[in-house]
Order: sequence, then C-alpha cells, then structure tokens
Amino acid sequence: MTQENRIKGGQIDRTKTLRFTFDGHPYTGHPGDTLASALLANGVRLMGRSFKYHRPRGPLSAGSEEPNAIVELRTGARQEPNTRATVAELFDGLEANSQNRFPSLKFDLMGINDRLSPFFAAGFYYKTFMWPAAFWEKIYEPIIRRAAGLGSLTREEDPDQYDKGFLHCDILIIGAGPAGLMATLTAARAGARVILADEDFRMGGRLNAETLTVGNHSGADWAEDTVRTLAQMPNVRLMPRTTVLGAMDHGIYSAVERVSDHLPIPAPGKPRQILWRIYSAHAILAAGATERPIAFENNDRPGILLAGSLRTYANRYAVAVGDRVAVFTNNDDGLRTATDLQAKGIDIAAVIDTRQEGDLLPGIRHLKGAQVIDTKGKLGLKSITIRHANGRSETLSVNALGVSGGWNPNLNIASHHRGRPVWNDAIHAFTPPTGGPKNLTAAGAAAGALSTHAALQTGAAQANAALEALGLKTHTPDLPKAEDAPLNLTPFWYVGEGKGRAWIDQQNDVTVKDVKLAKQENFTSVEHLKRYTTLGMATDQGKTGNILGLAIMAELTGRSIPQTGTTIYRPPYTPVAMGALAGRSRGPEFKPTRLTPSHKWAAEQGAIFVEVGMWLRAQWFPKAGETTWRQSVDREVLQTRASVGICDVTTLGKIDIQGCDAGAFLDRVYANTFSTLPIGKVRYGLMLREDGIVMDDGTTARMGENEWVMTTTTANAVPVFRHLEYVRQCLYPDMDVQLISTTEAWAQFSVAGPNARKLLQKVVDQDISDAAFPYMACGNITVCGGLRARLFRISFSGELAYEIAVPTRYGDALIREMMKAGEEFGAVAYGTESLGVMRVEKGHVAGNELNGQTTALNMGLGKMVSKKKDSIGMVLSQREGLNADDGLRLVGVKPVDPSKPLTAGSHFLDIGAAPVAANDGGWLTSVVYSPHLKSSIALGYLKNGTARIGQKMRAVNLLAKTEVEVEIVSPHFFDPEGDRLRG
Amino acid sequence: MIINHPLLGPRDAQEFTYLGDAALIDRPDGMAFPDATAAQDAFHDYLYLRDNPAGEHRELWFHEQGDRSWLVVTRNTVTHEITKVEFARDVARSRGRSK
Repeated sequence: MTQENRIKGGQIDRTKTLRFTFDGHPYTGHPGDTLASALLANGVRLMGRSFKYHRPRGPLSAGSEEPNAIVELRTGARQEPNTRATVAELFDGLEANSQNRFPSLKFDLMGINDRLSPFFAAGFYYKTFMWPAAFWEKIYEPIIRRAAGLGSLTREEDPDQYDKGFLHCDILIIGAGPAGLMATLTAARAGARVILADEDFRMGGRLNAETLTVGNHSGADWAEDTVRTLAQMPNVRLMPRTTVLGAMDHGIYSAVERVSDHLPIPAPGKPRQILWRIYSAHAILAAGATERPIAFENNDRPGILLAGSLRTYANRYAVAVGDRVAVFTNNDDGLRTATDLQAKGIDIAAVIDTRQEGDLLPGIRHLKGAQVIDTKGKLGLKSITIRHANGRSETLSVNALGVSGGWNPNLNIASHHRGRPVWNDAIHAFTPPTGGPKNLTAAGAAAGALSTHAALQTGAAQANAALEALGLKTHTPDLPKAEDAPLNLTPFWYVGEGKGRAWIDQQNDVTVKDVKLAKQENFTSVEHLKRYTTLGMATDQGKTGNILGLAIMAELTGRSIPQTGTTIYRPPYTPVAMGALAGRSRGPEFKPTRLTPSHKWAAEQGAIFVEVGMWLRAQWFPKAGETTWRQSVDREVLQTRASVGICDVTTLGKIDIQGCDAGAFLDRVYANTFSTLPIGKVRYGLMLREDGIVMDDGTTARMGENEWVMTTTTANAVPVFRHLEYVRQCLYPDMDVQLISTTEAWAQFSVAGPNARKLLQKVVDQDISDAAFPYMACGNITVCGGLRARLFRISFSGELAYEIAVPTRYGDALIREMMKAGEEFGAVAYGTESLGVMRVEKGHVAGNELNGQTTALNMGLGKMVSKKKDSIGMVLSQREGLNADDGLRLVGVKPVDPSKPLTAGSHFLDIGAAPVAANDGGWLTSVVYSPHLKSSIALGYLKNGTARIGQKMRAVNLLAKTEVEVEIVSPHFFDPEGDRLRG
Repeated sequence: MIINHPLLGPRDAQEFTYLGDAALIDRPDGMAFPDATAAQDAFHDYLYLRDNPAGEHRELWFHEQGDRSWLVVTRNTVTHEITKVEFARDVARSRGRSK
C-alpha cells in the first residue's frame, strides 16, 4: 500500500486517498488515477493473461487502444468483464480482478499453451479441428472456448438503468485535445451551437500527457483554462467521458456517455450510461493519434509500453513504470520519453534509435542504428538485449521499455462510410479519406497534423471552414505559441533477428511469424490476412497492431503499404455495453404493453394472460378446483355452446373507412366484392397480397351509404392499415376514401351461444330479434339506456353470436354489466384458448393457416376471388403453380383412436410410407382438444386434400417423436350446416 | 437518416416504414389485358423485376409514426444522400393514376 512508483507532479489529487483491490490485494490511489495508473504506482505491472497463449501481460498503453490490461471490474450484479484498466477511472472501494487465468494471474495452468505455441499458429483451428466433424460441437469447441477466453458474465440482472437521448448542434467536435479545444473555442466564440465530446474524464488529450507549453502555460494548464472558459458559454455543451462511436447518415453520430462508471453506484435517479444520438450540421474529427509499437522478440512483457504512454504515466499520473528505463524508437517523438523521464529523475539506461542519422540527445546514452533484439523477465521486464550498429550485442538491465514506431491518426470515424484511408508519406501513416461522411472534416493529429502548433492551427481552420459552410460568421482566434517540431520518422516495423515470437496484435496473440505464414499460404490481401491470423479482430480492433501487420505483409510481398492497403473501420469505436444499446427497452419494458378494456376485470377473475403481439389477452379463466388449463378451457367451450360465453375481441384491428368511393376501394383491396353489400350488413372478406398469397381476413360492415367498418386480424392490424394507405395514396390517388384506425377507440366483445341474444337484449336498447337483426346484420345502437354502441351479428365460434362495441372507456363497465345480465344463463367468460377450440371445431382459418404462404384456394376459399373486377392479387392468384389440382387443401383431421393426442406441426404420410421429404403430404396447422368430440382434432394442409376426405393417413412428427393414425375429414367438425349461427 | 418531409420538414428515418421501389406506383390494371397470360406476364414484371441500382433510387417510405403519408424518396443507395422527397399521391397523379 505504498505507491512506491509514485513520483512528483501529475494531475492527481493527493489530498484524497482511494482504496481499491486487485485480485483481492488492497492498494491505494488518488482521484485522477485510472486503475492501470494506480496499479503501476503500486508496482503492479502484471495485469492480465493473453487470449490464446496465456502470456503474462501488463498495459501497453494509457488509453482506450489498450490490448492487454483487460480486467473485470466490481463484483456481484455490477461485475463487468473485459474493461480496459487504462481507462477505468479509479474510485474508492473499486474491486478489480484479472481474467483468463487459473488458478492465479502469476501461476496460470493454461500458460502451457505458450509452450505449445508451435501448434497454435495462425490457421491452427482451421487445420486441426476439421475431423471428425461430429467432434466439433461436443469436444473441440467447449475446450477451445474455456481455454481461449475473456472475462466471465455475472449472470445476475444488471441493476443499473441506461438511457437514450437526442442532442442537436451546429458543430460536433470529437476529441478535446489541442485541435478539438481550439476548434471548439473558435466555433463557440463565433456563436455556433457546439458539442465537444471526449472519451477521457479529463479534457486536454495529449496536452495532459506532455510537458510541452502552449503560450505561456503548460499544455495541461492551457487545456484546463480553455475548458473553464468553454464551460461558461451557453452555446457549448462539454461532454467528457463520452465516446463518439460512429458516424451514421446525414450528420447523425452515436455516442455513449459514461455517466456513473466512475462512481461505486449511480446517484439516485441517474443512469449508468446514456446512448446519445447527436444531430449535427457539421462535425470535426479531432480524435488525435495512437502510437504504434515495433515488433521484436518477446516484446510483450509487462513493463514494455508505448513510449508516449510512459510519458503519460509520468507526466499526467505521476507514475514511474520503472526506475531504470530504455527507449526504442524510430522517430523524434520517442526521444521525448527519454528527456521527460530523465527530467523526472528516472534513470535512462539507453535510447535505442533505429535511425543512423540525426543529432544525439545530450546527457543520455543515445545509440544510433541499434535495435532491441530480445527481452527477459517472465512476469515483468528484467532486461533487454540490444544489437549495436557495429554488430555487437549487449544486455541492459531495465524494468521498463518505451517503444515508438510512430503515430497513427485516429481516423476510424472518417472511414465509417467506407472511405479508404490515404497513405501519408510525411508521417508514414494512413490519414482520413476524402469522401468520408459528408460534412465531417478532420483536424490535428487525426488529420496527420502531429505537432501542437499544427493541432491548434488546423483546429481553428477547420472550425472556420465549418462556420463558413454553415453560413455563420467566422472568428479568427489568437493562436498561442506552441512547438512545431517535425516527427523525423524513418520507417522501421520489426526486428528480423531471433527465433522467438515478435508480437504485433497483443490482444489476439498475432506474431510476425503468423503474418509470414499467411504470406506463405497466399493470404496476402489485407482482408485475408485479417481473417486468417485474426489480426485486428479483438475488442481493441487492432488500434495498436493493425498497421504493423500490414507493413510487414507489404514488405514480404514487395509492395508498398498503400498498395497493400488497409482494412477499414466500422462502429463502434470502442466496445459498448449491451445495456446502453438496449436503454430502457428491457424486461417488461422491452416493448410497450397494450391492455384490453376488460383487462382489470379479467385480472380480478384470476385470468391467465398471454402475449399476443404487444397485447396481453386473457388465455383462460380458471375456476376454483380446476387444476389444469384443459379443465378450464373445456368448461368455457361447453358452457358457451350450451348457453352463452363472452370474449374480449378488442385486439382485432378496426379501421373506419369513409367516402364516396369507399365501396369501390374495398373491391380493390378485397378479393371478393363489397360494393354490392347492402347498408346494415356485414360480409367476410379475404385480402390478398399482389402475389396472390392471402394477406389477411376479416369482416367489413357497411354502417351507412359511405361509412364502412373493417376488422383485421390482431397480428395484421398495423400492416393492413399501412397497406390500405398505400393503395389509397399510391395506386388510386383520386378515390374519395378516408381511413382511420379505431382499434383502440372501441372496446369490442364477442357474445356467443344459444342464449347470446337473450343476454344482449338485456343491455341493448333496441329490438335485436332475429327478424329485426338477422344473421350478418350490423348497426349503430345504444346500450344501457343511451350509450352509443355498434352491434354486428357475426360468429367465429359457429354459435348464434354478436360482436358489440362501445367506446373504449366504457369497456370495463360493459363487461361487468353483461356478466351480471348473464348470471341467469350461467354466462362464462372465455379466453383465447377457447376461442381457438371453437374456431377449429367450426373450421375457420386463423394465423396458423394464414401463414403468408397460402392461397385462397389452399384454404378452400378459391371461389371468393372475383375475376369480374380488378383487385390486389387477383391476376397473380391465377398462376398455374398456385392452382394445381393436387395442391394443398385445408382439411380436418381426427385420430382413428380418439384417445390419441395429435401434435401440431406433424406431417401427413401415407400408411406405410417412409418418413422422408419425398413422401410428405402436408402438415397439421392447428390442433385442439374438442370437448364435444372428446378427441384431439386438427386443421391441416394436405396435398389434394379435398379428394382424400375419408381416407386414413399417418400424422408423423419426427421432432416430438409422435405418430398417430388419422382420418382425413371435412374441416367443419361442428354444425356444418350452420343452423346454430342463424338461430 | 433524415427524411425531409414536404410538409413536416426534417424527420428521423425511425418514424418511417420502408416499402421499396417507387415503381410499385405503376401498377397495371388487372382488367386491361386480352387474356390471363398477358395479365400475368405484366404483373410478373411489375412485381418481381426491379432495378437494383448502386446509385440514385426512387423508393416508397410511409410516415407511420407521423402523418401517415406515403412518400417517394430519391435516395442514393451508395451514399444514402437524399436529393428529393415527394408525396406519393402527387407522383401517382403525375403518372396518370386516378381512381
């Protein structure tokens, strides 16, 4: 608990001490620390095990590009795997654990993979686990999954809330380094509405990590002053801890704000994270650059970091990763690490500079034309071996090594619209493409302008260019004086010497050898290289390693890097918690829930509910003593058919159709004719898609000369309405037709059974005798002494039945009133199960039969398609293939032995036929138990079915392992003459 | 995406439902053919033979979470740039459709 590696300075608050644990050991840190910086301050370099070989690893970087220091944060329900210690903000009480190790981080049994590495080269899985095929799922995959892994899930429900939000601005600025801050200042002073988003919790970017000055201040102080100025401007929204994930279309950017990740638990009422959708007129990418390593043998030991990250830890976090440090560089920026660290009193063993030319650093052992060829130290760096320009080798004892191979602009977002990055020979890196997202420009290091002066200058210039494009006045700021040193980089990608492994992509354990193997096997395209070696496919998406792999492939194939090309990027820029993507759409709020008007009453009756789309419908109403659902359903069906039953059918779609051309319009959308329907009558209608397949069915009532009420199935209420609007607006734009969905305006109940009329007459004010209100009549009526209502004499159950509708707010009162009126008849409420039983008994089609693959002819309704008029689907329903004599026909099915249950989905087979696809005769669509027939019954589609009525077949279900001998019958099991419904 | 609705101004694409090629507006009259084969051929072409351009595409969008108007949106399928938004009803009328 000593923070032995803590040095002076830095942007940490030493007045407060934070306690935390890593793998159970207690440590301390300060506000301003990340988990990685605090661990390094405590002398902990080993933070993880690699993905494939379980190599001991420590942080490579100090930012979101981190491939190695991947840890689990917190415990219990808030445990979060695969977080980067380099960006995890330290808080008091944080519990962190390493992952992908057993039994401990220092002694990991799977470290054996490292010894077996010759077997695990690129393509190993493809080549090895090919045979036998049956072994893959049961043996190979589980073993591989256990051995090669990241963190583990808590499997508890996430206790935190996530939100989604929308923001609008003139200019979105991505990244708050010198370029982003200068751009924001310029745009804000000009009066534009600006959003500045940065993934870090402290704005300033590299200014916080360097000792460079801006004007008369240190860079960090200038950044802090600028942020303070911006915070006071009402037209600026500063969003720290906010990662812009991707460029969507038309100036929309997605971003995730980590509102509470730096706190033990979110403040009351606050979400953990917010997923923002930012609408911008212009965006400036000022996301900086990421340093890239150089590959050499054993370059992955804890203590070997990117050179710039060593500076970040020293300058920003006041941490010396080691007390004796070497630097390995091919450019001038790497030299800064040596001078900065030396100024902090850290012993610089040597600077190993691959370049021959250039000045020597004063007061430092600066070796020109030298290379690092190997390292030692199993759990942390102990020494490096270098090869001098003269060929001599030397071993230096060091416990930290900074490596710099140059800087790659963070252009990811600029290539989200498939723009190809452009190679820049001045900095030997890819820069943002032309033809990236519209109205997105890049500034600063992200644009390849690597010096502080260039960052400030391009930030201001891009802001002004954006202001001008938006027609706003521009603002020319005084640019503070800052360094403008060239990078002076001589490309150097990997050390050729040595037989060991030189790591490129440390998160996915890809080595120089793997790239060579890919080349040897002709996977030389960058896309093949990526997939063959998994280069850049880990959660860090190859932010540090990709370019190395490409450069090595270029060298091996004798092509230039631009000729070799690069893979491009997709959102998200860094990994996102699934919770943030889900927002509040989870659990019961995953989608809205629609309740029927009788829901409260049904709940009082103890109804069991079922989800039907977004609706909750009563499935059945258990009574005291009933122990199985079948008992309840049988009772509901028998009592409805014996006396009367009531069912809430509000969920069916209802569409009011009005206008002089409404009848002609219905003739176009329905396959059968409606314009001839008399006022006060209802007709069953069949709606086809243009390809001749049935879209939906339902009844439509003519309430007046130009007033119609259509019903649709519950599932198709929305699609049918959309379709009607399409036909009205796109196909027949001059028809006088108006549509409105009234599904939620009316509470509608089916009242069915021999006593339905007697019951209803007690609540309906008008005469509804058979003479006054015959079968298929409809009308506007009143109930309970004056409440307006609609009545339809239609039946889905085959009983004497009505559907009665009242304004939705009276639905609850009406169900109570009708149940009271029905007491003398023993009226029952019935749910969707009984509805299904009665419609199958009657042979009515429903969702299982209207499955989007079947025609009117299949359903036995072929004659309904009128050829005397044009209607949607009429022409194509006549296609030969849909009209084969031996095509599928709707049939009824019952078991030869009534005690045998049928299984929905079973296929028809002839007696004695083998259960193979060639013998398939069709399938059972709907199966119910009919309490009247005291047997399982079914509807089904059978080839040439009508001609096979009376024959015996088998209903075979290979999945459920059932086989029942069945008789093919008419689909009308119950009252085929229809006497009851006309009663 | 943002669709610039002719009446309501810029609206997020989430408010809309997509249908497809605006050529669907040019539906043949099912009664206008001498025989069933000719009718079926015409409807086959109408329903199934669509251009799939990498570039400008006129397509139907329904403002389902809005004013329920069908729109013809001219969108570049490569860049998603939207250059024109019209009411489908106006387009249908301009193409000679009536009742």
